[in-house]
Amino acid sequence: MGRYVIRRLLQMIPVFVGSTFLIFVMVYALGDPVAALFGERAPDPATAAQIRRDLYLDHPLWQQYTHYMAQIFQGNFGTAFTGQPVLELMGSAWPLTIRLTIVAIIVEAVIGVILGIITGLRRGRSVDTGVLVLTLIVVSIPTFVSGYVLQFLFGVKWGVVNPSVSPAASFDELALPGVVLALVSLAYVTRLTRTSIAENTRADYVRTAVAKGLPRRRVILRHLLRNSLIPVVTFIGTDIGALMGGAIVTERIFNIHGVGYQLYQGILRQNSPTVVGFVTILVIVFLVANLLVDLLYAVLDPRIRYA
Amino acid sequence: MRGPARPKWAVCVVAVVLAATACGGGGRVGGPNAVVRASWGDPQHPLEPANTNEVQGGKVLDMVFRGLKKYDPRTGAAQNWIADSITSPDQQNFTVKVKPGWKFSNGEPVTAHSFVDAWNYGALVTNKQLNSSFFSYIDGYQQVHPGTGNPTAKTMSGLAVKDDRTFTVRLSQKFSTWPDTLGYSAFYPLPRAFFTDHAGWLKKPVGDGPYEIDSYTRGTVMKLRRWDGYTGADKAKNGGVDLQVYTDSNTAYTDLQAGNLDLVDDIPTTQLRNVRKDLGARYINQPAGIIQTIAFPMYQPRWSGGDTQKVRQGISMAIDRASITSRIFRGTRTPATDWTSPVLGPHGGFKAGLCGAVCAYNPAEAKKLIQEGGGLPGGQMKIGYNADTGSHKVWVDAVCNSINNALGNDKACVGAPVGTFADFRNQITGKSETQPFRAGWQMDYPLIQDFLQPLYYTDGSSNDSHWSNTEFDRLVDRANAESDRARAVSEFQDAERILAQQVPAIPLWYQNGNAGYSANLTNVALNQFSVPVYNDITVS
Amino acid sequence: MPEQLDQPNGRTSTEAVGQAGAGGAMEFAATEAASIGQATGPSARARSLWSDAWHDLRRNPIFIVSALLILFLVLIAIWPQLIATGNPLACDINMSQLGPAPGHPFGFDTQGCDVYTRTVYGARASVTVGVCATAGAALLGSILGGFAGFFGGWWDALLSRISDIFFGIPIILGGLVFLSVVTNTTVWPVVGFIVLLGWPQIARIARGAVITAKQNDYVQAARALGAGPTRMLLRHIAPNAVAPVIVVATIALGTYISLEATLSFLGVGLKPPTVSWGIDISSASTQIRDAPHMLLWPAAALSVTVLAFIMLGDAVRDALDPKLR
Repeated sequence: MGRYVIRRLLQMIPVFVGSTFLIFVMVYALGDPVAALFGERAPDPATAAQIRRDLYLDHPLWQQYTHYMAQIFQGNFGTAFTGQPVLELMGSAWPLTIRLTIVAIIVEAVIGVILGIITGLRRGRSVDTGVLVLTLIVVSIPTFVSGYVLQFLFGVKWGVVNPSVSPAASFDELALPGVVLALVSLAYVTRLTRTSIAENTRADYVRTAVAKGLPRRRVILRHLLRNSLIPVVTFIGTDIGALMGGAIVTERIFNIHGVGYQLYQGILRQNSPTVVGFVTILVIVFLVANLLVDLLYAVLDPRIRYA
Repeated sequence: MRGPARPKWAVCVVAVVLAATACGGGGRVGGPNAVVRASWGDPQHPLEPANTNEVQGGKVLDMVFRGLKKYDPRTGAAQNWIADSITSPDQQNFTVKVKPGWKFSNGEPVTAHSFVDAWNYGALVTNKQLNSSFFSYIDGYQQVHPGTGNPTAKTMSGLAVKDDRTFTVRLSQKFSTWPDTLGYSAFYPLPRAFFTDHAGWLKKPVGDGPYEIDSYTRGTVMKLRRWDGYTGADKAKNGGVDLQVYTDSNTAYTDLQAGNLDLVDDIPTTQLRNVRKDLGARYINQPAGIIQTIAFPMYQPRWSGGDTQKVRQGISMAIDRASITSRIFRGTRTPATDWTSPVLGPHGGFKAGLCGAVCAYNPAEAKKLIQEGGGLPGGQMKIGYNADTGSHKVWVDAVCNSINNALGNDKACVGAPVGTFADFRNQITGKSETQPFRAGWQMDYPLIQDFLQPLYYTDGSSNDSHWSNTEFDRLVDRANAESDRARAVSEFQDAERILAQQVPAIPLWYQNGNAGYSANLTNVALNQFSVPVYNDITVS
Repeated sequence: MPEQLDQPNGRTSTEAVGQAGAGGAMEFAATEAASIGQATGPSARARSLWSDAWHDLRRNPIFIVSALLILFLVLIAIWPQLIATGNPLACDINMSQLGPAPGHPFGFDTQGCDVYTRTVYGARASVTVGVCATAGAALLGSILGGFAGFFGGWWDALLSRISDIFFGIPIILGGLVFLSVVTNTTVWPVVGFIVLLGWPQIARIARGAVITAKQNDYVQAARALGAGPTRMLLRHIAPNAVAPVIVVATIALGTYISLEATLSFLGVGLKPPTVSWGIDISSASTQIRDAPHMLLWPAAALSVTVLAFIMLGDAVRDALDPKLR
């Protein structure tokens, strides 16, 4: 187990290098960011040349990349076009996004698994159909629609919550954005749990457990659920990163200045220090989340062993 | 949605009357020291006067700084502010006298040096100021800002300080209305602190305006407070302004409805249908110095040669501006009939109907003209726009539908979105855009010159069409050298008539400024740049 | 709580239960079932897993309904003129956002186009994007994920880490980079892009499912009996690992159609004059307060499509799962 973890950690190094390079190339491929700094005016060639020289943009791609990496190892993540250091942006954006993601994960895991158990145990009943239709409606409504609708209803019409999140962004403020963010994934979690449950209801160990006369609650929680959670855990694990990076729309609607928002700004303005810095950390989050998921497999299914 | 919004405000009003607190978010007490909570967008560049070329950063500079001139928020007239007098015998050499007694909020006096040093800083190429081209009329600009290579001078030879209150400016060409450009933020003075502790100054800019910056959390909120040492005539009538950064104008609008915000100066297009019932009289919709056009790539032979001006005129006549502005923009745009803006007023050069039949909707004539001109190049036209900001899609689609209906071909015109503004601008400035594209112009200062010269003069700084016409250039030069304002304006209009024949860009509509505010604000108005006049707002 | 954990649900218990199936998985499953004493079905013919599934499906009302619905959608996608006589590109700005009128049952959108006609015509692009992108991502993802899970070791590490990198790329950045250089206005660049971004999710699920399936006794038994890797994968593991993939893929179909909406919203998706539900949903979404009908119909069409595919996926999954027989 220990060696497995160390091996996985070592694998992160090439992934880190590979992904930073890939993202760097992609931002580079977007084109020259300098013209846009001048707004609707044609860039002044002399000023533009100065800015390019300052940003190291007058060098070939590989030199830009090595320069950037060298800077990173000195703890300098570069600056955004507003003159703000990227490290400072990360310091303010990540805590917000992590809190938002925690809320969303809890929402999708708790509600999704509960709905999944109910529908999985009552397949073909009206409850099952009802939840199916509900999740479908949720899937087919894009986040920007559900976000605006819920914000208007809860924030303005009923005045239950603030429509926007304050800079402090406490957990209770993040409840509504968390739900909006979790909505799409909720359908996946529900359906996955339902399928697993339905499948495992007929597994021998469940039959055995029932035959032994164990109480239903215990059968469901200890035997059925534990074994049904593997695909669900996989999904939630991969979803952590997607939620963090994919919160662009939600963060925008609820005025959360988190990772999604900063990333979007960086991409639109083609600021590679911002984009590469944020994405690199996102990739690391994926890697760690996946490692945890794989370790959880072993916990949930004792038959799986890692050498 | 009137029901839910109203009672809350009613409660608010009652609460305020009873001098109670806690309404909406946080305690709200009115009075001369009360603070206005206003929406803001993140400024895109460091907040230096000569480095700020967009409206959000400009907003702050206009609160924190005052310059030689100030544009009257209602009429747009350039009034002497810190300038005591600006005189010239020949429209080329100017003598500027500064009023005594002006101070920066850190106690430093505002002198002739404050201006000359600031302008030299803004022009010097190594300082990478985005608006340095505003100093290009000053003699010696070529030396501090050469096209390539290193500067050969640190200061412009055309600027000379005579004494603490006087300096002279020599321009490289005659420019009679040059003093009227000095209200623009690039020309603001700078204190010594700017040069001695640059990083510290950027964290918390210090100026000579009615407000000082109390605290600035980047990307979140800037708290501006009234500066009691301010001696100008436009002292702030409120205790300060909290500029809160919003990621989305819709959210700011929602927060205004929920009572968490007092002032929104960008009503999203999507809310325009509801804004009157949501806000009633607390909705402002007034002209601003912004015009939207569709520019043609005049560097492309198929769009510029032969009889193509007939095609361009025809396309203009195929656009049903009246229906689009009323159905899509709900009256926040006005169909354009010239290439300037109504805020200039007839004396400033605005002339309704100058465009004539070319800007009037006439589908039959449009179809005929386009056919006479050889038809649309390639049989289909596209309208390029950037999809990342400003919901351009909806009106571009409407313009295309209008053209398609006029031509009886449902694929004659389609929108061509470009993912980012940066990419869009690169295509245009790199001349790789082969199709007509959207263009917008927000005036820097309320002069007809600003609507014509940068956009249509040969190699003008925003001449995205790369259109060039010697007669147009000659008329603009002559107008600039004219000392009599009325004659200058009429010569600019003569130049504008050439645009009506050649149509390098189709005028679409004049854009209004929009704002909405909460019931506890009074005296809310927008200036001609569609920015709220913050210092006049009172909180009750 | 559940009343009948120990009973298979009514439908499948009375259905045929394969007994002498040719496939190893079937044999094991059947003996398993028989040993518990539930298998009392009448069928005696030898069938393969797939023909058995087909036999099952033909009698499944859910399958019939969803298949008919999908057939209808495909027909509409090919010949929209069958049920809509109008022109989706004929728009009159003066009808902007008006409600239903004679001949225009769903009303008009912001541009004054007929919502009914556009919803019908939108099926082509949207169904193509949804189906092709899902098929592509599911195929690529389950092959790569399956290999990773089955072989483990280096394969697994390499494929998993590559998919980590793909997960890290923000959709918007990828879209801007890959799609903004494409001038092609067909649906294929969008399909390709969604496959490129979608496969890691499926691969992750497939890998997890294969790892689980690999541990099952019948697979170990097959291995012990000397089955080759190909046979084990195709005969024993794949049928048992396919369920979560189908579940995720059928939901993904819906999110892919919505993703097309998001891409169009960002200006890098399908370009006009293409008509799609995604384009219409994204332009209607900002007008929900004023003209909800603009959103309702394309969104309803999208929901029904997703519903049809999820029901189909469920039915196929059930049919492939011998334990449910």
